[in-house]
Parts: sequence; C-alpha cells; structure tokens
Amino acid sequence: MSYSKTTSSKSNSAKANFAKVVSKKKSLVKMSSKSVKSSKSAKSNTSTQSLGQLPDKTLIQMLDLMIKSRVLEERLIKIYRAGESYFWIGGPGEEAWGVPIGLLANKGQGVKHDFLHLHYRCTPTLIAMGMPMKDSIRLMMNRVTDPSTGGRNFSNHYCIPEMNIAPVTSPIGVQYGIALGTAHAQKRAGAKAISIVTGGDAGTAEGDFASCLIWASRKDNELPMLITVQNNYWGISTSYEGQHGETNIADRARGFNIRSRVVNGNDPVESYLALKEEMDYIRKTGKPSFIEAKVSRLYGHSSASGANLVTSEEDCIKSFSDKLVSKKIITEKEVKAIWSAYEEEALRATEEARGEGAPTSDSIWDHVFADNENSDWRKF
Amino acid sequence: MANMAQAIRLALNYSEKNLQLRDVFGQDVGAPLGGVFTATQGLKTSWNTPLDERGIISMAMGIAMAGDRCVAEIQFCDYIFNTIDLLKIAGNTLWCTNGQYKLPMTVMTPVGAGIRGSVYHSHSFDSWASRIQGWKVVMPSTPLDAYGLLLSAIKDPNPVLFLKPKALMRVRGDELIPGEPADEKELKMRIDAPIGDRSKWKADWPQTEEYRVEIGKGKITRQGEQITVVSWGRHLLLANEIADELKADGVSVEVIDLRSIYPYDWGMIKKSVEKTGRVLIVNEDTEVTNFGEHLIYRVVQELFYQLLARPRLIAGKNVPGIGLHPNLEDATVPQKAEIKSAILEIIEEVP
Repeated sequence: MSYSKTTSSKSNSAKANFAKVVSKKKSLVKMSSKSVKSSKSAKSNTSTQSLGQLPDKTLIQMLDLMIKSRVLEERLIKIYRAGESYFWIGGPGEEAWGVPIGLLANKGQGVKHDFLHLHYRCTPTLIAMGMPMKDSIRLMMNRVTDPSTGGRNFSNHYCIPEMNIAPVTSPIGVQYGIALGTAHAQKRAGAKAISIVTGGDAGTAEGDFASCLIWASRKDNELPMLITVQNNYWGISTSYEGQHGETNIADRARGFNIRSRVVNGNDPVESYLALKEEMDYIRKTGKPSFIEAKVSRLYGHSSASGANLVTSEEDCIKSFSDKLVSKKIITEKEVKAIWSAYEEEALRATEEARGEGAPTSDSIWDHVFADNENSDWRKF
Repeated sequence: MANMAQAIRLALNYSEKNLQLRDVFGQDVGAPLGGVFTATQGLKTSWNTPLDERGIISMAMGIAMAGDRCVAEIQFCDYIFNTIDLLKIAGNTLWCTNGQYKLPMTVMTPVGAGIRGSVYHSHSFDSWASRIQGWKVVMPSTPLDAYGLLLSAIKDPNPVLFLKPKALMRVRGDELIPGEPADEKELKMRIDAPIGDRSKWKADWPQTEEYRVEIGKGKITRQGEQITVVSWGRHLLLANEIADELKADGVSVEVIDLRSIYPYDWGMIKKSVEKTGRVLIVNEDTEVTNFGEHLIYRVVQELFYQLLARPRLIAGKNVPGIGLHPNLEDATVPQKAEIKSAILEIIEEVP
C-alpha cells in the first residue's frame, strides 16, 4: 500500500485546529511582541530568549505534535486493554525529543534524503513527519491495511520507505549497525543527506552500538551520521545504574573523536536547537555527531509491564505546555482543544481501522522472496 | 583454466563493470591482500573493514537498503555465527515490511574442512544457512559455476549467501569462463597480484562475458542408472571421482551437483531417484538436522514406493569441532572410502 494513499482525510479536523491556534497566536504574538524589547525577536515572531528564539509557530507546532503523539500512544494502550491487540510498546514521555527529529529531518525517499533508523519508541518522530494516526493504529490492530507491516509485526515497528524510515526491529541495537550502510551510500551520493539513528540507553550495551562508533569515525572514512540515544534510565526493569558504569553514554562517543553532547530530552526547545546544530554540522562536514537525550518513560517498558502511567517522572508535555501558557504563547483552553481534537481523531481512526480487513492465512508465503518468487519448498 | 579464487575475482570484476556492483568489502578484502584466498585482488570497489563481522553484515544491509549492490565477505564461516540474528533480520526484512524493503546483498564466506584448518577454520554453514529464511544459498563446486552463481547472486533482488568451499579455491575446472584467456599463465600474469610490493600493481582484466547459473538449478555431473548421489561443494568432486572409479567396475552412479541449497532443484532429484530408486546425500555439515535430512524426508514422502533401498545421508559427525590432527579431521568429515562403501551397500540392498 502506498504511504500517501493511507493519509486520513478525517485527520484534517485536528490539522485545522492546529492552524486555528497558530493563526490566533500570530495575532497574539504580534501584540505581545510590542512588549518584547529585542527587535530581532519581534521580527521572527519569537517570544522570549528562554525559548531559544524559536518562532511561536514552531513552539506551538511542537506542542501540537507532542500532544498528537501522546494521544495516539494512549489510544494504542487503550486498544491493547480492550483486547483488540496483543501487545503494546511505544514512546510516551519521549515526545520532546522525538518531535524535533521529525521536524528537522530531510524527508523523502532515496540517498538524497535522510535515512531514519528508529527504535520502537519513535512515534513522536513519525507523527512529526506526517504519519497519520490511523496508520499507527492499523499496525497496532494488525490490519491488512497496516502500511508498515501488513499486520505482521508489533506496534511501533514502523516502516515507511517513502520517508526513508528503515524497518524498526525488535532486536535492540541492530539499527546502529545498519545505519552505517545507508550513511555510506549517502556519502557516496554526495547530497548532504545523513543517517539518523536512535536507540535506548540499555541497547547501547549491544555490540552493534560499539560497531557504530567504530565504523562511523574511521579516519578519512567518517560517515554522515547523527547517532542518538534516548536515555530513559531503564532497560525493561533494570535501572540505568544496573547497566552502566559510564557517567554519560555520550562520553563513549568522545573516545572515538565523535563530537558529542547531552541534552535534556524533556525540553523540546533544547532538543530542537541541539538537533539542528548537530544536523547542520554533519551536513557541512560529513562527519558523525552524537547526542544523548535524557528522557522520561511514562508508561513503563510495554504492555508486558502493565503500561500504567508513571507519575514520578517528568511529563514533557505538561512542562512544555505550562511553559507556553505561562508565557502567554497559548492558552489553557487552546491546549485542551488540541487534546480534544486529537482524541476525537484517534477514536475515529480506531473505529475505521477496526472495520478494515485482517491479513489472510494464505498470505504467509508472500514476500519471502522479492517479487513473490516462490519460496515454498513444496512447490520447488 | 581459472581456479575458483580467480573465477570469483573475474565475476566481481565483471559485476563492477556491468552489474552496478558498488562495494566489495570485508576483513582484508581490499589492498594489499585482496582476501585471504586472493579472491578479491585488484578490484576497483574492494575495501578493508574493521575486524567486526556484525559491522560487515550490518553495513551490507544498510547499503542494500539504500539501493546499492554490494558483496560482503566474512573471512571464514566459522566467524559468521555471531551475526546470525543479523542474517535473520536481513532474511526477514522483506517479509516483515510486507514486501517494501528489498535487500539485494551478497555475502560470501569460505566453508568446510580439507585444509587442516582446525576448529575455527573448518566449519560448514550450509545446513545452518538453510534455516535462515528469506536468503538464497548457493555453493559452487567448479570455477565456472562459481562465476555463474556469483553473477546471479549479485543480480538477485534477495540476500544471497555464496558459500565458497575453501578446499577448492585453488582447484581448476575443465571449462573456460566466457572471455577467459585459455592460457593459465597469461591469466595469472594479468590478474594475480605479485608477491611483495603491490602498491603500483593493477590488474589487467580480461573481458569476460555474462554467464549466469540460475539459482535453484542443479547439474547432473555424472549420468548413471543404479543410484543417485546428491552433493555440493567439496564433496561433489569426491562423488564424481567415486562415480568414475565405480564405472570401471561396472557400477553406474548418477551424481547431482545441487549448487543451490535454497531454493533447490527438487525436479532434478525427483527425476533421478525415480530412475535409480536409490539415493545417497553427501555433505560435510554436521549430521543432526542436516539439510540432507530434509531432502531425505522429501524423498521418503514423495517417492517412497519407488525406492529400492533406504535413503542415506553421510555428513559430518555431530561433534563440537573438527580437530587439527588428520586422524581427527578425517574421522569427522566424510571421506572417500566411507562414501564409496555406502554407495555399494545401498546398491546391494534388496527391497
């Protein structure tokens, strides 16, 4: 199924809502800019220095997408709890980091665009890149219409070739190695495109993470890669301290002369600015860069651990939302409206996906080999 | 005639020039060595990697994902085992993505015993490979087939594992590769890197031609009437030798070079066994859950009432390794005498 064909026309109500908020905010910003002393800020519709001089439109867009991603993940959990799916794993709590990646990536297909080698906590990135909610729900509900896997794989195991989204795999860490290959091909193509790889902190114990650092940093053979780690301080049930001796995972990259930094991944502005700076650096130099983002894990590892809300960790959406409200960039009422619109969209998408077909049992032999060449030995 | 190492080199050179092969890589694959068996000497696209098998397979997967053709080498199959989950992912990527991401990559690796390689240079991988779905698996026994199968592997839109019988890397065939100089010395002068300083050496490649062996097609290497022997790789040559010897004694042995482990040429096996009523499978991977057992299963299921004797498998002993001393290696991997005896026993068996 073509990705473009799956875009839900009904998601437009939420999009319209976002446009409405931004439109209203433009006038609000116009008014508030009078009180902002920096003319530079005023010209760029930027409210304050503390928000990284990002335009209000970008700030609101990020909040909007973060909420959309959260609503979607919470809907996926509800689908699991309702017995309409077998397993949930995802990334609620990691939106402030994931959304900026999606906004900043050079989106498209082929070596002239960025490749994204994501893990299973990256719904925020894909929402920011334009993935319709319904496509994630189709994956969750194993519908035949699931554009990522056709009902074959777990939730959040996305695959969208049209946006260079490499298939998400259950084995952790392997994406760090595979990203080397796309980066190698991109370097050869010479189009300033990069390979972005994400993973969890626990996954950095796998050898593939070390392979990535070694191969990406070879002298005169450096690869254009943004290597990232979403450090949520957990590996299923094992704490960070139980797995790591290093102070920061980012310290490991320095051992390979890879430029590296640690960011507060619960702050979308800090994440956005860091990602932009590092992406610009990679595109300019062709060399790798490394970011470790400290994030929260708000619903545990997966449905296997209950998928219950964790209240002891920072909720990046609440923090960001409060910040934007306090700075009068958005009102509480408008924030609530964003939540409501996406909840409505998610519910509708679930109802629609529920009515779509399931993969048929005779399809198991499809796509073992390319072009459906026979792979069943009984027919050799 | 080219030996198998030269044939592989010629196939890679042809593919660089004609099949959009962009990368040939692995440990010691690039200059100055050009591969531990010299199979990648002089190539334009070859390069050395870190000593990291997982990195090599991962790199190949990424290159293929980006749409370029590559051939990656694992120096000995004994060291491929730590990449099995990656091979599995490479094999299931197309399926898991519902047909969206093809991975047209070739991985080549030397396999088998026969060079006194001790525990970690003697493993086989054909049976292991047959359990990694989504891959095509081929194993030539002659230089010409090596050339033809490698071209097919590189052209194939699927991941293909090209198993090189290491004991045959210096063995010459009796058929010329199309475009290959007939004079062995000339070929050597043109494409073998000199001993010593190679920094200024460049291969003078002959213009070899397109020649492909279709993956999934076996070859009858000896026509016979009394028994079918199915083998591949190094042991295929032993089977041929035995068939020739027994022919002198009036025993008629049909030998099939399977060439492709998966997909495999069932049609050829079936037709032959229907004719002979007797079958022996020979290979050197270990005997428990050996790929030959699958073939025997199928023979029994589909040809049971046409059999004149119990089908047999001769394979490597089910022990953890192949010991270095010849007494140990020879007791572990199938030997000529054992195969010959088995053939005679099966022929003598009365239903």
